[in-house]
Amino acid sequence: MPTDRLDHDRPKNDRNAENSLWTSCIARIRDESDEVAFAQLFGHFAPRVKGFLMKSGASAALAEECAQDVMATLWQKSHLFDPTRASAATWIFTIARNRRIDALRKARRPEPEDVVWGPDTVPDQSDGLALEEESAQLAVAIAALPPKQKILIEAAYFGDLSHSEIAEKTGLPLGTIKSRIRLALDRLRHAMN
Amino acid sequence: MTHNIAHHLTDSLLMAYSAGTLPEAFSLTVAAHVSLCDECRACLGAYDSIGGSLLEHSELPSMEPGSMAAALAAAKSATAAKVRAPRTRGVLPAPLQDYVGGDLDAIKWRPVGLGVRQAILPIQGVATARLLHIRAGAAVPNHGHRGIELTLVLQGAFVDDGGRFARGDIEIADEELDHTPVADDAEDCICLAATDAPLRFSSWVPRLAQPFLRI
Repeated sequence: MPTDRLDHDRPKNDRNAENSLWTSCIARIRDESDEVAFAQLFGHFAPRVKGFLMKSGASAALAEECAQDVMATLWQKSHLFDPTRASAATWIFTIARNRRIDALRKARRPEPEDVVWGPDTVPDQSDGLALEEESAQLAVAIAALPPKQKILIEAAYFGDLSHSEIAEKTGLPLGTIKSRIRLALDRLRHAMN
Repeated sequence: MTHNIAHHLTDSLLMAYSAGTLPEAFSLTVAAHVSLCDECRACLGAYDSIGGSLLEHSELPSMEPGSMAAALAAAKSATAAKVRAPRTRGVLPAPLQDYVGGDLDAIKWRPVGLGVRQAILPIQGVATARLLHIRAGAAVPNHGHRGIELTLVLQGAFVDDGGRFARGDIEIADEELDHTPVADDAEDCICLAATDAPLRFSSWVPRLAQPFLRI
């Protein structure tokens, strides 16, 4: 059992400091092609991406290959990371998700058009800090969900499953699944306010 | 900035788009709506954060020996991703322009009768997507749905039992909705429609034509 599974219990400041560390590692890759920074990010995120993909139904070998791809993509796209809009973990999640769509479903992934920041809406440093704060709150809120709700939220993200497929797998009626997911989302929303 | 959008995406569609589990036609419709709707864009950011949080706390299998060196070598051998010029919108939001190959004037419309034209988009998977051009004042024949149909208005407006739908609004129809969308008199209405099952027409003429229209 890896020891950092207990990091829900760590003070919020630690997690904020952690995200700042990952953000600065990505900046060092962008600015200096810093391989030490890459090694730090790899050590933390590559196993997580591999675990995420295995939970989505990829074999260990495919998950390993895709996790390497995801980390290589991070290196190549480091200049596209905007810490005022997403935490490092969230950004890496979106890369892993897209890689999964490509690997398991061979489908195209249409993305929304970019927000063009007007002169009045340029994000500032405090947006990044608020985002870190919220990410930390969200992690605590997810950890605090009742197990029944948490399992379904995880199934919706990790499994390549629609609600009706989840119904088949868990034996729960579709209505129950939808209402449990809704409850979980309400709870998360409540925790964020 | 966007404004005045009255009909939004549901939580379950936004979450499934964030999780990456929607068929391509629905992903395209979600991406097109989010391009026009700041509120749903913000919600999507929240769902991506849930994904980030789940990633952060996922299982930790060990990596193969030499894994990091291999990833670093791959990273350095490929060329860095280009900074894309910001894609900007015309009448069609950028993700749709990617499929059409341009804005409105690049669409190859085919008449389907009764004041309606359509262009089927090249999409893989179980769901299909098409652009619909409904002449001002014309009606799409009354129809029900076997699966889910998402309709995003891109120009003009239509009215049906669900209300009035104008640019940026999305109508989510399922088995329970039988409707006859009628375009506003003022302007031709252009929509993106995605569905995961053939529509059910209530009168026999469109039903007969269905195999030819591919709707």
